[in-house]
Amino acid sequence: MTSPLDVIREMGDQLIHASPQAKALGMSLVSVEQAQAILKIAYKPELVGDPDTGVVAGGVITTLLDQTCGQAIWAALPEYTSIATLDLRIDYMRPAKPGADIFAHAHCYKLTRSVAFVRAQAYDVDREDPIATAQAAFMLDAHAGRAGGDPKPRFGEGEPA
Amino acid sequence: MSAENDCLNAVLGRIPYAYFLGMRAELHGDEMTAILPFSELLIGNPVLPAIHGGVLGAFMEMTALAQLSVSQGLVRQPKPIDVTVEYLRSGKPRTTYARATIKRLGRRIANVQVEAWQDTRAAPIAALHGHFLIAPKDD
Repeated sequence: MTSPLDVIREMGDQLIHASPQAKALGMSLVSVEQAQAILKIAYKPELVGDPDTGVVAGGVITTLLDQTCGQAIWAALPEYTSIATLDLRIDYMRPAKPGADIFAHAHCYKLTRSVAFVRAQAYDVDREDPIATAQAAFMLDAHAGRAGGDPKPRFGEGEPA
Repeated sequence: MSAENDCLNAVLGRIPYAYFLGMRAELHGDEMTAILPFSELLIGNPVLPAIHGGVLGAFMEMTALAQLSVSQGLVRQPKPIDVTVEYLRSGKPRTTYARATIKRLGRRIANVQVEAWQDTRAAPIAALHGHFLIAPKDD
């Protein structure tokens, strides 16, 4: 059976763009390996949060970190399951450099039967000088407790909310 | 629409990312409600469908920033220091609302809580708790 990691490798941006918001932000896959992923958002003037400085909005980085965490979890799972963010804590170290592309690297460092724990960093020019760091917990098989039982989507059709 | 309301939406209108999300706000007295009308591009999970978790976090963060501007009449935008976002229910494809409460306002740091809901205020879909830097000078 094809692992989610293989599917991410094969489908790349096509998989990320299944999420209209990720597509609208111009997100793309930089690299993926076991339990880890790097995603990118190219700088765009419409993503600026502070018109006085040209700095990209913190919310853009929030979405990038959330999405990258999701990719890292799938890259860690033996088979596809739906996931949902439980909580996401973000520390903002410094403003993003105006005009620079923003990257996020996420590592799913622990999987239990029900929960995935992830750490992530966002950076622009220098990976050692992060814009923001994140710590998140995700629920696995997010639809399991749902009454009526939604049909399980096939991988490549769904993205984490 | 009051003059304060126009001023608030003018401030939001100047922020490209607020325009990108399609966010606006209403002010009644000193109480501000942020409004995020649904649009297809906000979707994170097309299967459910559900609004992207990052969008909900971003929307609540912008709500906190707007509330600080309204309450404090700040000239410069506050900067987020840290935020914790909790997801309680999936964001359905409909309008989302949010209100922020300033828990403490110090000389440099503001502590703010935000709740977002859709149909029922008492059943929030997400919450944010964060610290914001309101220092008049750059750090």
